[in-house]
Amino acid sequence: MNVPTHLKYAESHEWLEEGADGARVGISDHAQSELSDVVYVELPAVGRKVAAKESVAIVESVKAASDIYSPVGGEITEVNSKVEQDPSLINSDPYGEGWLFKIKVDEGADLGGLFDGAGYEGLIG
Amino acid sequence: MLVSTKTVSVNSLETETLRVAPGGDGSFASRHLGSGESDMGVMLGALGVGTMGDLMDATVPPDIRMEEALDLPGALSEEEALGRMREMMGRNQVFRSFIGQGYSDCVTPPVIQRNLLENPGWYTAYTPYQAEIAQGRLEALLNYQTMVCDLTGMEVANASLLDEGTAAAEAMAMCAGMRPGGKRFLVSELCHAQTIDVLRTRAEPLGIEIVTGDHLGFEFGGDDVLGVLVQYPATNGVIFDYGMMAAEAKEAGVPVVAAADPLALTLLKSPGEWGADIVVGSAQRFGVPMGYGGPHAAFIGCRDVGKRKLPGRIVGVSHDAAGRPGYRLSLQTREQHIRRDKATSNICTAQVLLAVMAAMYASWHGPEGLKRIARRVHHLASLLGERLRQGGIEVSAEPFFDTLEISCSDAEQAKVREAALAAGMNLRYEGDGRIGISLDETTTAEDIDDLLGVFGLSPMEDGAATMEPWQSNLPEGLLREGELLPQKVFHLYQTETEMLRYLHRLESKDLALNESMIPLGSCTMKLNAAAEMMPLSWPEVAKLHPFAPADQAEGYAAMFSDLESWLAAATGFAAVSLQPNAGSQGEYAGLLAIRAYHRARGETGRDVCLIPTSAHGTNPASAVMAGFKVVAVGCDEEGNIDLDDLLAKVAEHRDTLGALMVTYPSTHGVFEEGIRNICEVVHQYGGQVYMDGANLNAQLGLCQPGGIGADVCHLNLHKTFCIPHGGGGPGVGPIGVAEHLAPYLPGHREVGERAEYVVCSAPWGSASILTISWMYISMMGGEGLRAATELAILNANYVAKRLEEYYPILFRGANGHVAHECIIDLRPFKDKAGIEVEDVAKRLMDYGYHAPTMSWPVPGTMMIEPTESESKAELDRFCDAMIGIHGEIRAITTGEADGGNNVLKRAPHTAEELLSDDWDRPYSRESAAFPTDATRRHKFWPAIGRIDNVYGDRHLVCTCDSVEAYAGDGR
Repeated sequence: MNVPTHLKYAESHEWLEEGADGARVGISDHAQSELSDVVYVELPAVGRKVAAKESVAIVESVKAASDIYSPVGGEITEVNSKVEQDPSLINSDPYGEGWLFKIKVDEGADLGGLFDGAGYEGLIG
Repeated sequence: MLVSTKTVSVNSLETETLRVAPGGDGSFASRHLGSGESDMGVMLGALGVGTMGDLMDATVPPDIRMEEALDLPGALSEEEALGRMREMMGRNQVFRSFIGQGYSDCVTPPVIQRNLLENPGWYTAYTPYQAEIAQGRLEALLNYQTMVCDLTGMEVANASLLDEGTAAAEAMAMCAGMRPGGKRFLVSELCHAQTIDVLRTRAEPLGIEIVTGDHLGFEFGGDDVLGVLVQYPATNGVIFDYGMMAAEAKEAGVPVVAAADPLALTLLKSPGEWGADIVVGSAQRFGVPMGYGGPHAAFIGCRDVGKRKLPGRIVGVSHDAAGRPGYRLSLQTREQHIRRDKATSNICTAQVLLAVMAAMYASWHGPEGLKRIARRVHHLASLLGERLRQGGIEVSAEPFFDTLEISCSDAEQAKVREAALAAGMNLRYEGDGRIGISLDETTTAEDIDDLLGVFGLSPMEDGAATMEPWQSNLPEGLLREGELLPQKVFHLYQTETEMLRYLHRLESKDLALNESMIPLGSCTMKLNAAAEMMPLSWPEVAKLHPFAPADQAEGYAAMFSDLESWLAAATGFAAVSLQPNAGSQGEYAGLLAIRAYHRARGETGRDVCLIPTSAHGTNPASAVMAGFKVVAVGCDEEGNIDLDDLLAKVAEHRDTLGALMVTYPSTHGVFEEGIRNICEVVHQYGGQVYMDGANLNAQLGLCQPGGIGADVCHLNLHKTFCIPHGGGGPGVGPIGVAEHLAPYLPGHREVGERAEYVVCSAPWGSASILTISWMYISMMGGEGLRAATELAILNANYVAKRLEEYYPILFRGANGHVAHECIIDLRPFKDKAGIEVEDVAKRLMDYGYHAPTMSWPVPGTMMIEPTESESKAELDRFCDAMIGIHGEIRAITTGEADGGNNVLKRAPHTAEELLSDDWDRPYSRESAAFPTDATRRHKFWPAIGRIDNVYGDRHLVCTCDSVEAYAGDGR
């Protein structure tokens, strides 16, 4: 399984990439593999304020429906409309074109509960 | 221990009398049971067990065994039972019905009655999960969805719901999903009364308030309105133009639901055209008998944006491995077996057989025929209204379609009622002197004369001549625009020869019980005997309106009374309700009773429902609907409830424990040893025990839910008691309850009791098919039912024994036996050969079999339930198929067969593929088509190759228009 080391991971298999204009969130390679072919994605409304571990999106494959939880608290600033059109991007490029949403992380948010790459690899190994 | 030993000896003794060759003693039981004494002996021998009694002793925990035989009448022969049923139902009186209120008499076209309703090729099929061998009814259901979309003006429709009332409740739940802050559901007071009752029952546990009133007075301001429901035409017959109201609701973001009459919709502007967002209704009058309440198909359609919130099953279009178009059930992950307590509906089984009948009725008549029927009904209603008015009688405002309302005094109403009864006619009488008259497809000019006579008016002087020209009071603005049902399928089958062949063509694509055993675990696909099915077609069973006066339904009352007492005796309960018209609805009704019981004792806080992780997904979905919070209880490696976890959870929730839901034997197909203890623990902490009766076929005559300690149990009459699965419905899910819960069983306004617990539209749910279970129990008697249970258990253990060398058997009871089903593990083959459950399921089709239950309750496994009605020869044929497949898997592991291009991965194989001039696969055509001698003698061909599930869900298409675009041919 591909587990990039520059990302942070939630126990519920979302990844988070911190950036200058907020953080990007998607699901891990392991998660997409477990789900198999993703057929549908429901993304949150831009502007929505969410708490850490709050259910914000839904990803469905032909065999499972999975809630996606925000790894951190913050405000949704952008969603990936390409992935709504073509959910298979989550399978083909989970860390790139298959990202789900961007979130402006609350000030003082604690990211300490998230795993680094090695920690996450231990979790799924 | 002593007691049970004694019991067993009694049981064993009685068993002896039934151990004869199949059919040998001419009894019904000897025909229903697949094996007689000699084959049973061989199977017991294979298990190394001496007698059936020994096997039962070693399988069923002694502390739950019944001490006495089932207290049921002795078995009748088929002739005797039919005679008694005919005598009983002869006490029903079939009056001409003008009651309406959501149920109309109609004509079932004989070609549909004989070739569909009464045809085991249609009624014994299972839900079409295995798409490749279910293309026939999937196509028919797609026609149904297309018909519903076209009539209602909606963009997506599902493949049926249980009835109109529950469909309205499902629509309310959809609205709640769209308006998360909403708390009030506005309902027009002119909706059918039973629909409003079903809504109230469903709304209360969810914290939703039902507000009834005049739709013109509805205000949509504020965020607390979650939706609005109107009836179209209204229950009193009036057709309102809801356009303005819908526009106001839309402005406020409030979804609008219409409950509509499909026949009226052939003439009227569709709800979609005037602004509805969701449309529900009953397709009963499209050729499905009233049957004293059911079964019928309800429909629900919505706009495209709502499709992922649409409850139930939706048929969609995809393609197979070779690119041919094919149908399948789509968006399965919305369903409760995936979503569990997050599901907004618990609906599983719907009304496939009845939905197919309604769709075929539309194809048979075509758009012109349907409009002709509608115009004729409307003409007669208009004529009646005119004559009544001319006679000085106050008739409701126009426009109306087929129903008019008359205002008079109580005294006048009484006079009319008396005259109508004398003339053999039922009208609808409201408490305030109003009289409703609803006409239908069967109404004649003579009926109009008779109705006039009831009001003291003289008949129409010109009789039948007045049939022309058509009269109408429908204003232009309310008429339907655009073509009705333009799709090919509604134009091609209007001669009997074409319809006969269409029905046969579709039927022959589907594998049903008339082809081979359907070994679906947890589904109990047993024999649906012909004698059990026959009474359904009798007019005195089929033609009663559910709200007909009780004294016209004495035969039904007697049948209900028998069935209630027999089911109570069989389950060890004090009372039974026959109302729930699906197993899921039984769960909901049972949990409502538990909730009401706690509340009546002032324990309103008992709202936690414990559910083992192994439970079927319907359990948590039902619990949420009944207002419970779901708390999961873990299972141990053997699949049994983890007692330590249970103890921790009951202690943690000691003040809020409401119920435990438990399936017995467990969903893993094992008689759990600790069940009695589990029930006691739950009771100790103030909770009630709900037993899921899905596996009752392993209990009857051996042990009883009531005896084990359950307070409620639902029974799936479509599993244990022989109602056929209908290709995905109907089902019936009565509940049995202990005495303290009896006051909280479902009631109904029409029988004047407990109208606050109404789980479906009709007082006795799907009343007409209860005759099937009555026949079964009558013909089996107590001994026969116990013998059936024993043989079901023996058959499952025999299959497990034959397969264990090839496939690990996952769960067994204390002495190494399974209950009435067994789970085989296929997970090892994934690593060894790249073979998954689906590959085996599809390859079984090439062998002529429907796959067992896949990946439930454990992913990567198959659950096999043979039932008692399969012969040893058939069990062997199935086992040979599974063993043959094992050999094919081994060929992959040894490298003899290709890893990706092999008979399993490319299964199922169609005739077209195998006969094609191009054949470039590394295995022979013969090995693909004829893996066993049995398949050489008789071959069932899958209609299409493996369906592409991913494509279907990514490109959702669920009406037939587009099919033609895909296929280029209406066929």
